[in-house]
Amino acid sequence: MIKTIELTKSYGNKEVLKGINTEIKNGEVVVVIGPSGSGKSTFLRCLNILEEPTSGKVFFEDQWINQKGINIDTIRTKLGMVFQNFNLFPHLTVLENITTGPVQVQRKSAAEAKQIAEALLNNMGLSDKAAAYPNSLSGGQKQRIAIARALAMKPEMMLFDEPTSALDPEMVGEVLQVMKNLASSGMTMAIVTHEMNFAREVGDRVIFMDEGTIVEQGTPQEVFDHPTQERTKIFLSKVL
Amino acid sequence: MSIESLLTYLPLYFKGAGYTISLSFFAIIIGVLLGSILAVIKMSKNPFLNKPASAYIQLVRGTPMLVQLFIIYYGLYVINIELPDFVSGVVTVALNSAAYIAEIIRAGIQAVDKGQMEAARSIGMSYKKAMQQIIFPQALKNILPTLGNEFVTLIKESSIISVVGMHDLMYNAQVVAGATYSPFVPYVIVAVFYFFMTTGASKLVNTYEKRLQLSD
Repeated sequence: MIKTIELTKSYGNKEVLKGINTEIKNGEVVVVIGPSGSGKSTFLRCLNILEEPTSGKVFFEDQWINQKGINIDTIRTKLGMVFQNFNLFPHLTVLENITTGPVQVQRKSAAEAKQIAEALLNNMGLSDKAAAYPNSLSGGQKQRIAIARALAMKPEMMLFDEPTSALDPEMVGEVLQVMKNLASSGMTMAIVTHEMNFAREVGDRVIFMDEGTIVEQGTPQEVFDHPTQERTKIFLSKVL
Repeated sequence: MSIESLLTYLPLYFKGAGYTISLSFFAIIIGVLLGSILAVIKMSKNPFLNKPASAYIQLVRGTPMLVQLFIIYYGLYVINIELPDFVSGVVTVALNSAAYIAEIIRAGIQAVDKGQMEAARSIGMSYKKAMQQIIFPQALKNILPTLGNEFVTLIKESSIISVVGMHDLMYNAQVVAGATYSPFVPYVIVAVFYFFMTTGASKLVNTYEKRLQLSD
């Protein structure tokens, strides 16, 4: 589905990503863990070119997507993204937040977009919030709407950038549940998270990143229970 | 000054007020259009665009409007362009306020959270579409209160055009003062006129602002 070759990203002299080579397969759920500042969010944001890679290549379905002249907007409709701070559009209602993509970008009719949105809201258990504005919602509700907004584009893959880090503890569960359902429906997912139990439960593969490189990767059992690298062991001893 | 002479000159005040209002109205519209364009150009990454825009804004904000008025009014005359008084008045006030409005708009756009642009782009919106659909509507809310102040300022400052003999409210007050040999009362009367005009303008902006705030 998506593949990176020698992906690097620098801000000035600071090299945040130092050559990432990885591939995420169709239907795979990949969880990226690591200490803050390890470059894991930057890595995720390079996958839909929200951050322009400094060098290296990103391929989405065999298409080189960080080359000049490519229409990245079309690619992004297939790569849904969920942010740490939700980034819902505060001037639009919940329903409009979800329909704006299908209507404005995919040129769907208002009626069709509304149908998609209502089905998603129903799935999220938030049908009664359709007419509300984001500011009146709890964090957990906001994030579920943000997931619905991304799903309304019918993406082929979803990127989650620390989706529960800005939530109050009691709201983490409801968001993780939505993500679990999504994973079991077969969605290809890349998730940056600090929720280790969730990573273990949902991840097909866990990637441990530190200082801009992939230090170790494998199944959750391999990485969590039998880490081979010293840095992985130190990190896990701090978070588990 | 008697009541009769007050009434005699009242139509003159209203005529002047009409002149001031219509001049301010056109100047505001042109100022907002020009200011928006300037703001977008100033925010562009291309130095051949943003440098001239910055220079223009700095120049206009760094010189008195009276000087700008003379430069436009007499400058156009020197290069043989003859504009009706009203038009050169509108041009002067619009060119001046465009610089201030550009800064207001730029600040308003930049105050919108960075995540909004990212979220809009992440669902496949182009930069332009994200600006139109997501950023501008939110920026408008930041901009409107300050923009309202700018409108009020513009109405007041437009009185400067009376210096070159355009028949606005201020000029007509001078006419009355000259005709009646009574400089005090006419200026008190125009003060009242200006006050009602500026209060009316703020009220209008406030109403619109409230309508925008429904989502908060």
